[in-house]
Amino acid sequence: MSSNVVIEARNVVKTFGDIQAVRDISFEVRAGEIFAFLGPNGAGKSTTISMLTTMLRPTSGQLRLNSHDVTREQDSARKSFGIVFQDPALEEELTAYENMKVHAVLYGIPKNQQTERIEELLRLVDLWGRRDSYVKTYSGGMRRRLEIARGLLHHPKILFLDEPTLGLDTQTRNLLWDYVKKLSDSEGMTIFFTTHYLDEAEEVADRIAIIDHGQIVATGTVAQLTKQTDTKTLEEAYLELTGRTVRDETSLANNGLNVRTAMRNRNIR
Amino acid sequence: MDVVYILWLRQMKRYFRSRSRVLGAIGQPVLFLLALGYGIGSVYKKAGQGNYLQFLVPGIILQTLLFSGVFWGIQILFDKRFGFLKEMLVAPVSRLRILLGNALGGATISLLQAILVLIISVALGFRPDNWAYLPLSLLIMVALSLTLTSFGAGIASMVEDFQGFQGINNFLIFPLFFLSSSLYPLTNVPTFLRIASEINPLSYCVDALRYTMIHQHHFALGLDAAVIAATLVICVFFAVNRFDRLQV
Repeated sequence: MSSNVVIEARNVVKTFGDIQAVRDISFEVRAGEIFAFLGPNGAGKSTTISMLTTMLRPTSGQLRLNSHDVTREQDSARKSFGIVFQDPALEEELTAYENMKVHAVLYGIPKNQQTERIEELLRLVDLWGRRDSYVKTYSGGMRRRLEIARGLLHHPKILFLDEPTLGLDTQTRNLLWDYVKKLSDSEGMTIFFTTHYLDEAEEVADRIAIIDHGQIVATGTVAQLTKQTDTKTLEEAYLELTGRTVRDETSLANNGLNVRTAMRNRNIR
Repeated sequence: MDVVYILWLRQMKRYFRSRSRVLGAIGQPVLFLLALGYGIGSVYKKAGQGNYLQFLVPGIILQTLLFSGVFWGIQILFDKRFGFLKEMLVAPVSRLRILLGNALGGATISLLQAILVLIISVALGFRPDNWAYLPLSLLIMVALSLTLTSFGAGIASMVEDFQGFQGINNFLIFPLFFLSSSLYPLTNVPTFLRIASEINPLSYCVDALRYTMIHQHHFALGLDAAVIAATLVICVFFAVNRFDRLQV
């Protein structure tokens, strides 16, 4: 593996009983790249992110973050990334500042740097003035900004964003992508994100991977993908690759269950 | 600042910031104390058993520790449902330390509640046999708060949702409580009830409290202490084991 690859997946498989959520995927993301991971509902995006971020163990195959194996060198891998989860993961009964403080301690940031870094990041996302308000009083956009600030607090090399703009207004979305591009340009941070808004991916991403039915069906720049499918826009290419039928996160392979439900049933059994 | 401390602190902040929770948690034991203490007290006296309130208070202390400890487990479900558990689990920290910080917070809360119930009991007329034994009672309460919070954490790591937790509550926690000797003495009870109580660890917990508070006991204090210690170890092991397998 070359030295500037920071995210590497090799022959990764994840099965839940009979259900194959991810079937032998491999990809590489290079340092400083903005990488979009696209796919219909239930295609395996969330499962892949969960494996990359150490929340799920792959059934087989290898995942490396910043050249640390995510299953064998879990703590080093965990220190290399920050994440903004699909659903908010803030403690609402604490203030924004306290949420940042908990994160700083969890990630072992030296005490004499904590205050300074927290202030710097809360100012970056324009929340310094509201630092002492409880998170439960925050709007959706403010929560997202706080989560981004929190995800960056320990200076990660990689930032995962799992559908970060879901439910945000256009202004906040633009603001968010401006930050992200700035981080990628100035800090050389690697960004890995998923979204259902193809215009975002087209505008922001350096490279794109499209996953469907647990397999990667195409990888490349927007130009490469449109050329490969003989289409004009990313949306057309995407539809060409994944089909036009509507997905409801279920599939016949899973006895008509979506992956999460199938997993849950399996846990009970 | 250490990880365990900050997670403990978070639990305490959550608790003291919601006043309804503070009041709600001691409402049930106080209600039991009033309704049973005064309602059954006179019949109990006529049956020649002495002062029922004296007998009841250690049982109500156990009830407070049991229900607040186990209900604290709901916190884990909340964190799972509302996402904060993910934030903790992807941090470069072992699960053991995460569980420890959170569970110590839960144990502190349930201990505070039990002490509050004890103070209310004294205001209602309860008098310990010998105040010098009070530190020993508190020590037992500390051990029980840790045991029962671990029990709650283990259960919460196993169930999927709030409905599941409700079922555990009705079919496990309430029977455990009613089939301990918390509410009635084991001297003249039917055989099946006596056997059920004797295999229930909670009976030994309340027996130890009763021994140190009012100098009444059914089992030997050494046996009580041994059962409490064993239960503590088993519950902690159960919590660690289940929390380790928790998936979000």
